[in-house]
Amino acid sequence: MEGMQTVGSALLSLGLVAVAVALSLYEKLGLEKEIGVAVFRSFVQLAAIGYVIDFIFGLESIGAVALLLAGMVLFAAWTSASRAGDVPRAFVVVALAVGVAAVATLGLLLALGVIPATARYLIPLGGMAIGNSMNAASLTLTRMRDDVREQRPKVEAALALGATGRQAASPILKTALQSALIPLIDATKTTGIIFLPGAMVGMIIAGANPLEAVRLQIVVLYMLLGSVSIAAILVGTLSYRSFFTPRHQIRKAMSDE
Amino acid sequence: MYRPKIEVRGLRYEAGGAEILAGVDVLVPAGEVTAVVGPSGAGKSTLLRAINRLIELSSGEVYLDGESTGSLDPLELRRRVGMVFQIPALFGVSVEEAVLYGARLAGRSADPARLLEVVGLDPSMCRRVPETLSVGQQQRVSVARALALEPEALLLDEPTSALDEGARRKIEELVRDLNARLGLTMVFVSHDLSQVERVADRVVLLAEGRSAGQWERQEFFSTAGERARRLIAGRL
Repeated sequence: MEGMQTVGSALLSLGLVAVAVALSLYEKLGLEKEIGVAVFRSFVQLAAIGYVIDFIFGLESIGAVALLLAGMVLFAAWTSASRAGDVPRAFVVVALAVGVAAVATLGLLLALGVIPATARYLIPLGGMAIGNSMNAASLTLTRMRDDVREQRPKVEAALALGATGRQAASPILKTALQSALIPLIDATKTTGIIFLPGAMVGMIIAGANPLEAVRLQIVVLYMLLGSVSIAAILVGTLSYRSFFTPRHQIRKAMSDE
Repeated sequence: MYRPKIEVRGLRYEAGGAEILAGVDVLVPAGEVTAVVGPSGAGKSTLLRAINRLIELSSGEVYLDGESTGSLDPLELRRRVGMVFQIPALFGVSVEEAVLYGARLAGRSADPARLLEVVGLDPSMCRRVPETLSVGQQQRVSVARALALEPEALLLDEPTSALDEGARRKIEELVRDLNARLGLTMVFVSHDLSQVERVADRVVLLAEGRSAGQWERQEFFSTAGERARRLIAGRL
């Protein structure tokens, strides 16, 4: 434990990053710059969020917690929307989907009394729900966008037979939802055998009883399944309007190859 | 002049900063087969998609029986004006399901066995898996699927371009047969003038997004055929 007590000592783990950089240089992967940016950003972002969380813990205000989570949702929507930049209204769609997913799952956990309404639980759990929902939202949105483009002849054939945009894209929605949900379902299936999830690892290292760590991890996993499903389904449902006009035409933005 | 089933006036369509249709006027008489010909990139397929509003016009009007299609419900319009594409794209696990796709969405009933007969296929094919049919057979299923909605007109977007010579001739015969038996108005996009000679009553020539003339078939081949041939071959 002593080695982990200061931010400075955490920097010693940079030695492991050097391995990644060396590999990139040796194999000419051209990823050194990306690795550098990732290392720098993760350091700054984690340090910053550490201080922010510490500050909010001190405030003991639920309003401040809600504000922080709302900020995370907006940042998630911005990140996801820039990945699917050419999808009209992507930001609004993802913000709504991720926001509803986070509120619904955290709200249910609170209502059932599974977790107490304190910053110590809400911020980390909310962050995980939002982060995972964002990934699912990005996957669903980019997959739907790619499939509407690639399967344009099929989509047009359905529209020409009097299908609505929603009906024409329903096979596409199905595969997009599957591709967004299967990784988490598989991770949930194999958890504890192939890998030990982060929250549990953290609690055990911090000295918690392993059974208590497992209890919390189970809550986390089920919360993630719930929030990711809600986010993916909402993105799928809300994004029809991004791909189709109200007159059931494929939007022009979708036809630029 | 005949009563036009479909009338296109001053049609423009732009996408991605490029003007794909730059002023197209077409009259499609009821009960005839009108061929749309022109070099690739002339906007032939775009014109068809503008007629059933698979795309929104930038300006201009399309009329169906004298009524502006802009004021029609697009789903209803597409049921009245069916479309057959280059690639069949059938939906469902059986041919029967594929034929009934549009009719079911509209809440209508249709007789798939009879429709298969109409397009020259054996009604016993109803139970087959669509992908096990030849492409030519699949294309005829896609015609049957359009007919299941009892359309007033049919748009065909190079329906034979993915087919071999034998299957191509059968689709051409089917087009003539449907026109003769059902009096179906058809717009047939093609870049093959010998096919146009076999299939069409009238010919519309498109070049660089503009209409470059409209003729009866014989008149077209005696006056504009050579020019159209050169245009399609290499824009000379």
